[in-house]
Amino acid sequence: MEKTYSKAALWLLVIPYIGLLWPPFYNIREPALFGFPFFYWYQLLWVPITAALTWIAYRSTRHDD
Amino acid sequence: MTTDINSTALAVFIFFFVLVTVLGFVASRWRKPETLAHIDEWGLGGRSFGTWITWFLVGGDFYTAYTVIAVPALVYTVGAYGFFALPYTIIVYPFVFMVMPVLWKRASDFGYVTAGDVVHGQYGSRGLELAVAATGVIATMPYIALQLVGMTAVLKALGLHGELPLAIAFIVLALYTYSAGLRAPALIAFVKDIMIYIVVIAAVALIPSKLGGYANVFASADAAFQVKGKGDLLLDSSQYVAYATLALGSALAAFMYPHTLTGIFASNSGKTIRKNAIMLPAYTLLLGLLALLGYMGHAANLQLDSANDVVPALFKTLFSGWFSGFAFAAIAIGALVPAAVMSIGAANLFTRNFWKAYVNPDVSDAGEAKVAKITSLVVKVGALLVILFLPTQFALDLQLLGGIWILQTLPALVFGLYTNWFRAPGLLAGWFVGFFGGTFLVWDAGWKPLHLISLGGEPFTVYTGLLALAANIAVAVAVNAIVPARSTVQA
Repeated sequence: MEKTYSKAALWLLVIPYIGLLWPPFYNIREPALFGFPFFYWYQLLWVPITAALTWIAYRSTRHDD
Repeated sequence: MTTDINSTALAVFIFFFVLVTVLGFVASRWRKPETLAHIDEWGLGGRSFGTWITWFLVGGDFYTAYTVIAVPALVYTVGAYGFFALPYTIIVYPFVFMVMPVLWKRASDFGYVTAGDVVHGQYGSRGLELAVAATGVIATMPYIALQLVGMTAVLKALGLHGELPLAIAFIVLALYTYSAGLRAPALIAFVKDIMIYIVVIAAVALIPSKLGGYANVFASADAAFQVKGKGDLLLDSSQYVAYATLALGSALAAFMYPHTLTGIFASNSGKTIRKNAIMLPAYTLLLGLLALLGYMGHAANLQLDSANDVVPALFKTLFSGWFSGFAFAAIAIGALVPAAVMSIGAANLFTRNFWKAYVNPDVSDAGEAKVAKITSLVVKVGALLVILFLPTQFALDLQLLGGIWILQTLPALVFGLYTNWFRAPGLLAGWFVGFFGGTFLVWDAGWKPLHLISLGGEPFTVYTGLLALAANIAVAVAVNAIVPARSTVQA
């Protein structure tokens, strides 16, 4: 059970690749945020999202090294 | 742009430069080991760096002075396309999280210092080891040279022209790296990174208010691109594949370089590396904001000789003398940390995978450290000569090729961590095809790292590094399947 959970958490790390490597999805101006076109704030937003996903993966990893 | 020297800016600049020079020399006593005459101590800081030191060191070494100058310059020139550096430096970390602790463990268990050591240990092939080590050294040399390009841009903005200031800065760097090894850039990285954070946070908070807010910054850039007829705030649909493949290829290549691997091998545990994969994206946020300085250059109506001047010119125009001096010092010191780690990484490769392998297999620990120290000096002098006597474009072209070259070492270095199926002949053949095929495609495209592909429909451009990697892996698999296992020489 423990093992399955940890493997599942690692799959979270695939999400940033999906979110960022398909540019047609975010190559738009609207909606803008604080003057930033969508293209810019969307990609900047992936920085904290990726850090959070990695943190979840970290918590479910055994650190025996 | 005026060329006269602002004495306040220069004084602040010199103050910080002297401060880090002192730190560089003091570093040989920091976390003092029993002896520095061992390559593990000189070249890897004793493999003892914890979470925070690793964070500052890898951050300071991966986000280089060239990045600080060149990314905003590219964004200034071409717009959205230059932003590929942002997805690149985000998706690199899940990869680091998964792969680098495994690689660290392998290196730590067997006492490996370089990528060449790891490959030789896994496959017992001197040929593959040499291919990986030589690729590392030649990919790193132009990268060091480009740190000097970053430094030249700020020296120019300070009014310091000519080659002497650059030469002095580099010789000072060479001397303390020689004496303190990896401890010097690790200690300096603390100062440098904190300075860069202050500069960027001040810039992104204050500059837009002077330029009428972010909406106006984007609008001015948009208007400037319309007038020029080149560049855009969004990607053209023909750039989608190039943007994504550049981001992915660069991310896979980033931690194959000797300087980034040195930072990984120098850390004290796999856990330290995993924690850093969570914490290092803080620098990515910084990079993304920094890239926007390119657009601010348009909003401030800067008249530039070269796009590389956009960041220094912006600080000089919008900030007081002392703060621009501080900012320039941050960028110049930002060149020293990666240049030091790169020269150490290259020196480790030369020592372990060439000197020890071919010249003197019985070299002592102290002898190894000595060879590495001298090599680090030679490497830095070489980079300085390249910048002084060859056109800058030459270093730029080589660095671009360097990214494609270093990516070709990925199969040899990483696949063996997960499977024993691959053997040296296949990987060497794959490396050969990727390395020379990639070089040919870049040359064929007029020194551009993008290759036009047409699969029946609309043609699109792909990052050549990723194409070469695909060919590399295909050849490695094919040769490995054909060549019988017995023909592999076991060392």
